[in-house]
Amino acid sequence: MTDTSVRLTTKKDWTSDQEVRWCPGCGDYGILLAVQMLMPDLGVAPENTVFVSGIGCSSRFPYYMNTYGIHSIHGRAPAVATGVAVARPDLDVWVITGDGDALSIGGNHFIHALRRNVNMTILLFNNRIYGLTKGQYSPTSEVGKVTKSSPFGSIDPPFNPLAVALGAEASFVARTHDLDRKHMIETFRAAHDHRGASFVEIFQNCNVFNDGAFDDITGREHRPQMMIDLKHGEPIRFGPDRERGVVMGSDGQLRLVDVADVGEDAILVHDAHRDDPSLAFALARLSHDDHSPTPFGVFRSIERPDYGTAVGAQLAAAAQKKGPGDLHDLLRSNGTWMVTPDM
Amino acid sequence: MTDIAMRAVADRPGDPEQIDHVVIRFAGDSGDGMQLTGDRFTSASALFGNDLSTFPDYPAEIRAPAGTVNGVSSFQVHISDHDITTPGDAPGVLVAMNPAALKADLGRLVHGGTLILNVDTFDERNLEKADFTSNPLDDGSLNGYRVIEVPMTSLTKQAAAPLGVKPRDADRSKNFFALGLVSFMYSRPTEPTLAWIDDKYGKNDLVRQSNRAAYLAGYHYGETTEEFGHRFMVKPAHLPPGEYTNINGNTALAWGLIAAAHLAKLPLTLGSYPITPASDILHELSKHKNFGVRTVQAEDEIAAAALAIGASFAGHLGITTTSGPGVALKSEATSLAVSLELPFLLIDIQRGGPSTGLPTKTEAADLNIAMFGRHGEAPLPIVASYSPSHCFFAAIEAARIALKYRTPVILLSDGFLANGTEPWKLPDPSLLPDISVPFTTEFNHEAPDGTPEFWPYLRDPETLARPWAIPGTPGLMHRVGGIEKEDGSGNINYSPANHETMVHLRAAKVAGIANDLPPLEVHGDADADVCILGWGSTWAAIDAAVQRTRRRGDKVAWVHLMHLNPLPRDLGDILRRFRRVIVPELNMGQLCRIVRAEYLVDAKSVSKVQGLPFTALEIEDAIEAARTELSELSESEGQS
Repeated sequence: MTDTSVRLTTKKDWTSDQEVRWCPGCGDYGILLAVQMLMPDLGVAPENTVFVSGIGCSSRFPYYMNTYGIHSIHGRAPAVATGVAVARPDLDVWVITGDGDALSIGGNHFIHALRRNVNMTILLFNNRIYGLTKGQYSPTSEVGKVTKSSPFGSIDPPFNPLAVALGAEASFVARTHDLDRKHMIETFRAAHDHRGASFVEIFQNCNVFNDGAFDDITGREHRPQMMIDLKHGEPIRFGPDRERGVVMGSDGQLRLVDVADVGEDAILVHDAHRDDPSLAFALARLSHDDHSPTPFGVFRSIERPDYGTAVGAQLAAAAQKKGPGDLHDLLRSNGTWMVTPDM
Repeated sequence: MTDIAMRAVADRPGDPEQIDHVVIRFAGDSGDGMQLTGDRFTSASALFGNDLSTFPDYPAEIRAPAGTVNGVSSFQVHISDHDITTPGDAPGVLVAMNPAALKADLGRLVHGGTLILNVDTFDERNLEKADFTSNPLDDGSLNGYRVIEVPMTSLTKQAAAPLGVKPRDADRSKNFFALGLVSFMYSRPTEPTLAWIDDKYGKNDLVRQSNRAAYLAGYHYGETTEEFGHRFMVKPAHLPPGEYTNINGNTALAWGLIAAAHLAKLPLTLGSYPITPASDILHELSKHKNFGVRTVQAEDEIAAAALAIGASFAGHLGITTTSGPGVALKSEATSLAVSLELPFLLIDIQRGGPSTGLPTKTEAADLNIAMFGRHGEAPLPIVASYSPSHCFFAAIEAARIALKYRTPVILLSDGFLANGTEPWKLPDPSLLPDISVPFTTEFNHEAPDGTPEFWPYLRDPETLARPWAIPGTPGLMHRVGGIEKEDGSGNINYSPANHETMVHLRAAKVAGIANDLPPLEVHGDADADVCILGWGSTWAAIDAAVQRTRRRGDKVAWVHLMHLNPLPRDLGDILRRFRRVIVPELNMGQLCRIVRAEYLVDAKSVSKVQGLPFTALEIEDAIEAARTELSELSESEGQS
């Protein structure tokens, strides 16, 4: 999608004149800034870019981008964006969604956009809470979470967004978080440059209704012990001195180990391009809570035909085979007869 | 319906007796191929030049238990030497392939009508499955009819045996035997059907030969059996000269959408989820990718609507097709389209409801959901097609309104129109209207400091349509959404006065479309006491009933609506001219309630909700009842 002929832009060109209205201290500000800083680097023009969102705090995002945008209805952003992408494969399409929007009310559209591999970049702001409706548990809230709608604790087991995406055959799956602008920018760039549906889960802090949900992982003091940085082709190691690592047991299960115990050669080497999604899936499920080491980065990035291109190819093939459509012939395609004046 | 029975208009010895029209109903088990048989008979008749109208009537189950009344599939065809519009009230001929078909459809046959029965199937087991306690062939229950007993199954097997066809496979050809027999009786030429069989079954030679043999065996059986010594001929109709095709409503609608996109100079994107009876539009559009038609079979009804809206935002003609339950699911997306003010077509092929209701049967009870089935004040234009071929023009009209006014439009068709057929004199595509609208490519406003800018909700003062600027247009980047927008700039605005302004603007835009509609045509007698107000597929039955009433010398007027929202400007004045307005609808009086509320006219509903279209007789009776009531009223007024 990168077009080097596009005029140079700055962050200002991508920023709309609308006042940003998220709560002070919301993680969404950092994500917006990262996207606005990234856009001038992508070699695309604002007029060829469309941001589509659903409903939720994060879904106000398009109003703040000086691009084309649709703030649609709850959960349906991937479907609206599919329409944009199918109609206009020349456009750069982004979907902004949240955990409730994508995984609860819009779960169906989310998985089908990934399955079809529609060319779009989906940014899921996961704050594990319903913020816009003032604090109910979400499909990613942990069991036992006490909220207004779960005063005795939530009894709903949560979704793992990455595992859902991988189960839906997503061709690009990544995770980042709202406190690391550089990591966000690099992850969003990789997602954008991937042709097909790209999915990025962003750990995003809701400082009003679920403050500090990810602090044990993304807090500055915890990052070295708790964040596992995935890099394609490199051994999966973490820790202040990279003394910890991930190995795959003979049962196929991933385990966290001390590198010293198993030796460097035993450490699993990350392969984001593996066609088989089982490694990415295992990595996605490596952590089951927000208090243990959790992988970030690109879990999976594989090439497969994108939907808009396939639609275009069928159209082109039909036009080549049958010639351009002709209304006169169409109306006669089921056979005709003549009625003459003397009949 | 005795007048629909065959009437001789000429009778020369040796030649087939000439009749002006006949209604034939083919009925059998779902697996017996009755739809195909009816369709072939129709095509042969169309090629012969008859006017015709058809009515496929089949169960919701793909294969209900064989031999049961629930599994009966029927196809009724009305062929005529003159202009007709209905598939006929009551058949004069019933072909019943098994006892269940006889049981299901005997009640429809005219008294004294012809019954052609496949007697091979009238055994104890099949009689029991059809809940017959005695055999109708010999219990006297068919005494009032002309009964022709034909062992179709065994004759078909005999005809196919020399070809090496196994008896079980030959059984599948018996519908062609029935087709051959009826083709002989009504003097249909054999060549078109034989050519069709050769083409259709060319890849499987044994099936092809078996069907040919069965068809010819049926034809020759008629020719050589004394029972059929008397043949009938329905002459070609005096249709206006021109080139004709036999068209059903769903095909016409699909072609109309392709034509609309062509006339609008826009690519077409369809989002659709399979649902009876609308799926055939998805199928037909999917065939025509060389017109630049993009079809997406979406994951659900909601996605289908949402992606059509996305396509419209991107500059395509975005369309979604569905039936009743799908309309309910698309309600929120349609409200979004009202708010976004983008062109969007929601096509509803109505069926019996509520809920799953009668998926394969017709009804016109979605007018209320089309009018009112959205949250908030969310008016939109509604167009209704009234005949199979009219679906073509209705699709173009719906698109014209959607594009010109940047609004979602609901187009209502129904199961009867969708599958029913009629001969259609093909229009000249070059005479169809240009419905294209320009995209906005320039700034349309100045900021206080003089900087040019784009206001996505700065309206055309005449149509109140907002500008349509599509992605890819430099400088005109803008955001639209479901949140209330500021009049003009389109920025988010929650202020009380602005919301009221916007609600009124959206309503005024839709109401203003009435200025863009042609004057209504009052058919029949302008000085009649009774006026029929119709919409949708009731057109056929009303047309026949009005003709008959007027042939008798009685007066009646008729107005048929193609635009249900906004209603045409002159409708109120027209309705007030008549002493009595009756509104036949395949619902409980939905349009009737609207015109009563709108015009304070004491309109009376004529309701039918059986999953079947009106018969002409039912409408005729309603006209007669209204006339009688009025004359009694006049008398009592005169006495007092």
